[in-house]
Amino acid sequence: MNSPLPRWVDVALLPLLNVIIAFLIGGLIVLSVGQNPLRAVQVMLFGAFGYGTGFGYTLYYTTDFIFAGLAVSLAMHAGLFNIGAEGQAYVAGLGVILIALALNGLHWTLMFPLMIIAGALFGAGWAYIPGYLQAKRGSHIVITTILFNFIATSMMSFIIARFLKPPTVASDESAPIEMVSRVLKLNTFIPYFKTAPVNVTVFLAIGGLFAFYWLIWRTKFGYAVRALGHNQAAANYAGISNQKMIMLVMALSGAIVAMIAVNNVGGVHGRLIMNYVNGAGFVGIAVAFMGKGHPIGVGLSALLFGVLYQGGSELAFSMPGITREMIVTIQALVILFTGAMGDMLRTPLARLFSAATPSGGAR
Amino acid sequence: MDLIDIVNILAQTVRLATPLILACLAGLYSERAGIVDIGLEGKLLASAFTAATVAALTGSPWLALLAGIGGALLFSGVHGLASINFKGNQTISGVALNFLAAGLTTYLGTSWFKRGGFTPQLSADQRFGPLQLPFAAELRNVPIIGPIYSGLISGYSLITYFAILAVPITAWVLFRTRFGLRLRAVGENPKAIDTAGISVTLLRYQALIITAVLVGIGGAYLSIAAGAGFIPNMAAGRGYIALAALIFAKWKPWPALLVCLMFGFLDAVQLRLQGIKFPYIGEIPVQAIQVLPYILTVILLAGFIGRAVAPKAAGLPYTKER
Repeated sequence: MNSPLPRWVDVALLPLLNVIIAFLIGGLIVLSVGQNPLRAVQVMLFGAFGYGTGFGYTLYYTTDFIFAGLAVSLAMHAGLFNIGAEGQAYVAGLGVILIALALNGLHWTLMFPLMIIAGALFGAGWAYIPGYLQAKRGSHIVITTILFNFIATSMMSFIIARFLKPPTVASDESAPIEMVSRVLKLNTFIPYFKTAPVNVTVFLAIGGLFAFYWLIWRTKFGYAVRALGHNQAAANYAGISNQKMIMLVMALSGAIVAMIAVNNVGGVHGRLIMNYVNGAGFVGIAVAFMGKGHPIGVGLSALLFGVLYQGGSELAFSMPGITREMIVTIQALVILFTGAMGDMLRTPLARLFSAATPSGGAR
Repeated sequence: MDLIDIVNILAQTVRLATPLILACLAGLYSERAGIVDIGLEGKLLASAFTAATVAALTGSPWLALLAGIGGALLFSGVHGLASINFKGNQTISGVALNFLAAGLTTYLGTSWFKRGGFTPQLSADQRFGPLQLPFAAELRNVPIIGPIYSGLISGYSLITYFAILAVPITAWVLFRTRFGLRLRAVGENPKAIDTAGISVTLLRYQALIITAVLVGIGGAYLSIAAGAGFIPNMAAGRGYIALAALIFAKWKPWPALLVCLMFGFLDAVQLRLQGIKFPYIGEIPVQAIQVLPYILTVILLAGFIGRAVAPKAAGLPYTKER
């Protein structure tokens, strides 16, 4: 067997190298269509950090990606691969808009917790079904969650077009939530953010990172989740009901990703727009793998993707050859190299370290 | 509804089932060899793109077909590298490749052709058009046999005939040849294959190559036979449906054909029902019809088909003892 790597190599160096490879290949692709990747990075960084509005947008995207990343991470710890975050967030938008329109005009401090609860219930409900099907009927969770994304898209576009769309509005969206009921934007008390959409939900996301750590590594429930992820048979032997845990974990995963709906439907857009999730749920997969399911990693990778998204839309303006799809490509490369090929460099690194250690001892 | 209508719907069924059949058989080879392939969707998309691109540049459908296979081979190669050599998680690799195909095809398409991800419209001689079998035109007016022969048996693209033919060939290869026996064995018990002195790695790569060829032809069908050019995300979930069909068919070629035809039929009926008003119900909403195949798949997967048992070693990387 290989000699085990030092912990810092395993936790930090290996993922970092994998991300670097993903970005180098992304750079080569940009280069291959005749664009300068270095200038692209420069434009991107300025767009993401250089001025108030840009930075505010970065934080807004990061908020979404933290929720999605945590949701996928939770399922991952239980050995479940939740590809349905996209659809779960979309359906959660229905819960948020229903409660918001029912109590339209309520002050946002009261509305905010109500939207969190309503969104979480809808998101959890939508995620529970594939969880149930996996636990009780043995259907493969990956395929059912994918199918549920398609079903969510059709169902929601029907509901929006048929029931929620006011006759006076031309585009496919619900009636607006009144300003006083929307989640407070940070620019109301921090003028630096100017017109950026970042709102109070960002604190919920940061709090979520801490809560996630506590939940997974400091509670009985977290222990059961990890036990299930490591070895189903052993977990069962230890008295953990696998079926119940699978359903519970999926529902909780859906409840976490539902906060994307609070951020967007309840805050930024102030209405339910067709296909509003726009891929954020899928980014969560990349974020979870890159962050190795740990809150620190998830937070940092969510920020990285926030930079990519905000910087990327800036890029689309100043370098017409680069579109949003380049970001999807990079996202795919990150999943590939940190998720599927994560151990590619392990053997060469192990060789390197075992070669370095004895020579250091001889000196 | 008369005979012509029925023939039309059934012919449409076969057309819509063609890419499903090819993708499903492709997945069959891969999964029988122990490699789970969620990436069928991405391969369909990638090969549709490479085929349409080459067809637009060279004008030759045959070169385009080769390019489609090439595109799928490239993705299969990465999948093999990740799941055979680096012993990575095959599901994750497949998901990543699906995203990669979605991003890369649109990105490259937009920067090369400047049409928002669409490739240039292909003319009839750049595509695999419908073939007329001998006497199809002459027999058209003969009652009963005429419409069936000229409408249901003749008139498909070459790729459709190939897809149908691929089913008995697959059944024969899988159950009647030495290669097929080894292929099935490597998916059930790779260690036994290794002990017999046969390379697990080589066998699995061979399976991936066959997978790529079949799914590559399926992808090419989308853009240079059924369609006339590449449209972003034109695979539209067919890779996943094919995968579900494979599970439903319990990894067997003939049932796979039937299940794919059934999904094709649903799709054909779906297209037909749009805009028709029913008594009492009124017009069925488009979304309700579109979502039908997915809901049906979920129901089928939920085990109303008896237990589907996957090849035992599917999804597990093989590590040779040292």
